[in-house]
Amino acid sequence: MLYTNLKHIETADEHAKIISENENVMVICGRMGPMCIPVYDIAEELEKEYKHVKFYDMEFDNPGAYVIRSLPEVRGFMGIPFTVYYKSGKVVKATSSIQTREQVKAILDKEFAVPVIA
Amino acid sequence: MNSSQHYDAIVIGAGPAGLTAGIYLSRAKLKTLIVNEGTVGGQLVLTHEIANYPGVESINGYQLAMIMKKQALTFGCDIKSNISITRLDLDGELKSLVLSDGHIYTAHSIVLTPGGRPRTLGVPGEDKFKGRGVSYCATCDGDFFTGKEIVVVWGGNSALEEAVSLTRYAGKVTIVHQFDHFQAFEYAVEEARNNPKIHYIMESEIKNFYGDERIESVDIKNLKTGKTLNFKTEGVFVFIGYVPNTEFLKNILTLNSWGEIEVAADMSTQIKGVYAAGDSIAKRYRQVTTAVGDGTIAALAASHYIHELKSKHKQILTV
Repeated sequence: MLYTNLKHIETADEHAKIISENENVMVICGRMGPMCIPVYDIAEELEKEYKHVKFYDMEFDNPGAYVIRSLPEVRGFMGIPFTVYYKSGKVVKATSSIQTREQVKAILDKEFAVPVIA
Repeated sequence: MNSSQHYDAIVIGAGPAGLTAGIYLSRAKLKTLIVNEGTVGGQLVLTHEIANYPGVESINGYQLAMIMKKQALTFGCDIKSNISITRLDLDGELKSLVLSDGHIYTAHSIVLTPGGRPRTLGVPGEDKFKGRGVSYCATCDGDFFTGKEIVVVWGGNSALEEAVSLTRYAGKVTIVHQFDHFQAFEYAVEEARNNPKIHYIMESEIKNFYGDERIESVDIKNLKTGKTLNFKTEGVFVFIGYVPNTEFLKNILTLNSWGEIEVAADMSTQIKGVYAAGDSIAKRYRQVTTAVGDGTIAALAASHYIHELKSKHKQILTV
């Protein structure tokens, strides 16, 4: 159980539906640990700013998380969380372990475009 | 001046010291803002279980931090997290800071609780292999190294305790330490010494990381002989202590040689109206309980200072 304010993905089917129905998706796959919590927190903050991106988390030990754990893009990853960025259902970027707000923002801006502030 | 941007007190940092200061200040009916560069809770959220916080038998660090945050918010404290300070002016009676979103805030008093962060080795390849063999958390990443040969760096309590816990997964753990003896408490040294999976390379330091997709080897230099050994390993766990997050204060306050803030018994710094508490101050013991105690003292002293300042201004106006 992830105690975050992000929307949770519980199954592989749900994951497939989300990435097929949304253009820009960020999924943080982790546990409630010290390397993961800061990334969830950053995503919660950026969710308000990046309205064109859907932010989700998924428990690393959930059997359905094999859809992330088995991605070729995470081969070689040995630190949680595995954070995966999808554009139109395809993986465009994946990172391992803790990330800073600047690192996350740089990926979101590059892959999904800078948010327009009205 | 825009009154909505003025606070009685601004707390910089939202670890246990900062949240406690926020709770006390806002409960004293002082308009308080907490500004935090990272995650609310600071290093407290990095602790899986806290079993020695009085009054609470056992709690997850994240949960305790969220309770503290809720308490601060309930008393009316404002919190802005994951934001950096681009300018800080602590001189005079009206302190000010500018945040990375461009907002300017002023306050009569500032409480500095920026905390600390895990120290990194700072050697070539460390950042490249973060999450690909380099880790700073045994409980998070230990299971990726099941049956593998790994290295643990340093000889303090955390390093030795984590080395022992990593033997549940790893086939062999080699501790690399720069001294000929450990800094850890005797019980931790003994537990590590009694574990047959743990080996030692003393008086040595890691100088480089090598690999393709993940770590394959490291260079270990013997500090006594100067010889370098290329050591095959798939993982390196780094537990070399903490550094205070005080870089932004370098030209504002005089810091000691470790970058820590020197404070008086009431947590006041050398600048009037500026207080400091928590892991960033010069002190020996760093615990959640000591941070909470420091934060309480700093908040009470800041409250007293603010009330004195306000009554002084009131007197000037009435004369």
